Amino acid sequence: MRRQFPLALCFIAGLFMAIQYFIPHPTVQNFYERLLIWLQTLLAFAFLLGTVSLVRIHYHKIKHRADDRGYSWVTLFALCLMIGLGFFSSAHHAQGSPFDMMFQNVQVPIEATMFSLLAFYVASAAFRAFRARTLESTLLLVAACIVMLGRVPIGDMIHSSIPTATRWILEVPNLAAKRGIMIGVGLGMMATSLKIILGIERAWMGGGD
Amino acid sequence: MGTIIWTTIGAVLTLSVYSFLYKDNPFYKFAEHLVVGISAGYYLVIYYFNFIQPNVVAPVFLLRFGDEVIGFGSSTWWLALIPGLLGLLLYTRFFPKVGWIGRWSLGIYVGGYAGLSLSPTMQARVLNQISANALPLTSVTNVFLIVGLLGTLTYFFFSMKHKGVLGVMARVGIVFLMVGFGASFGYTVMSRVSLLIGRVGFLLQDWLHLL
Repeated sequence: MRRQFPLALCFIAGLFMAIQYFIPHPTVQNFYERLLIWLQTLLAFAFLLGTVSLVRIHYHKIKHRADDRGYSWVTLFALCLMIGLGFFSSAHHAQGSPFDMMFQNVQVPIEATMFSLLAFYVASAAFRAFRARTLESTLLLVAACIVMLGRVPIGDMIHSSIPTATRWILEVPNLAAKRGIMIGVGLGMMATSLKIILGIERAWMGGGD
Repeated sequence: MGTIIWTTIGAVLTLSVYSFLYKDNPFYKFAEHLVVGISAGYYLVIYYFNFIQPNVVAPVFLLRFGDEVIGFGSSTWWLALIPGLLGLLLYTRFFPKVGWIGRWSLGIYVGGYAGLSLSPTMQARVLNQISANALPLTSVTNVFLIVGLLGTLTYFFFSMKHKGVLGVMARVGIVFLMVGFGASFGYTVMSRVSLLIGRVGFLLQDWLHLL
């Protein structure tokens, strides 16, 4: 019951989901739609589980008076605030509602700024790591420079062929390499899925009995 | 007035995150912890109202499935109860003695999505890519695409030693891969820079009205 039963459930669910594409019978399709709803609902419950874990971690920090417990209060307060605004506001999803405003004016700016922060770190890492020592690294460096210049107006000002070269790099050698990688990734994903369905890959069960 | 307050909050948080460029500091940590709480709360509400409420709570307790009124103990009621019970089983992880029961839900979830992804992955990531690259050798571009794809695949083919023709093809593959990685890098940097321009634009235009 501890290991074999979940593996059997995994096999049955995986097999059904894999073969339902080839059985256009209404009964099978109805069950497929029902199972899809179950999976989405399970995802929501799993997210809730993650939130409970987040609360436990920060509660633990506050309880044990950790040095940075003040930030745990910030996280818990923000979490409670959003839950309160979401559950106790009748039109939480409406544009302009406090729930939406918190998302638009707190979460969106912070996330966008964090991603834009990467521009500095990527540029700094590139400056330190990019050295045209071999043919391969020279190709990488040249392709990166051409693409960067070709995506901004200054590239066209330097030479009119830079945007054309950028387009060619993106649409020909880059596309060929990406297709090769994508085929490899696709085959890897399928192999992993099959290993999960057949019970060869069991990491999802975690340790213990 | 409300807009000014919200814009100021957004601007202060933007500056707090940028303060990390100097060094790790309380302003950055505040923004970091704030966004964790806000996004966890946001997605919890969204997931609840999009999945748990319509698929479990409404049918089981309010006896409604969409616009349809359902009876207590009917087949629809039972079918709605199952994902709720499976979802609750996940929480047995908090009780070490019965934590293994949570694997039942996890098994259905992992297996279901593994099976679901098989055919679309084969279609989108393998067959479509091969058919898009099956081009007539009528132009230099087509030749480059075919040679580039074959070279890249050869480079990742480790069942034989990369010697002779295989070695040459693998070498061609490396050249294409390096150009591809360079292009991806350049593209990523520029997308991050455009985000940076967006944030600076927000500070100077929307907040300070300097532009």
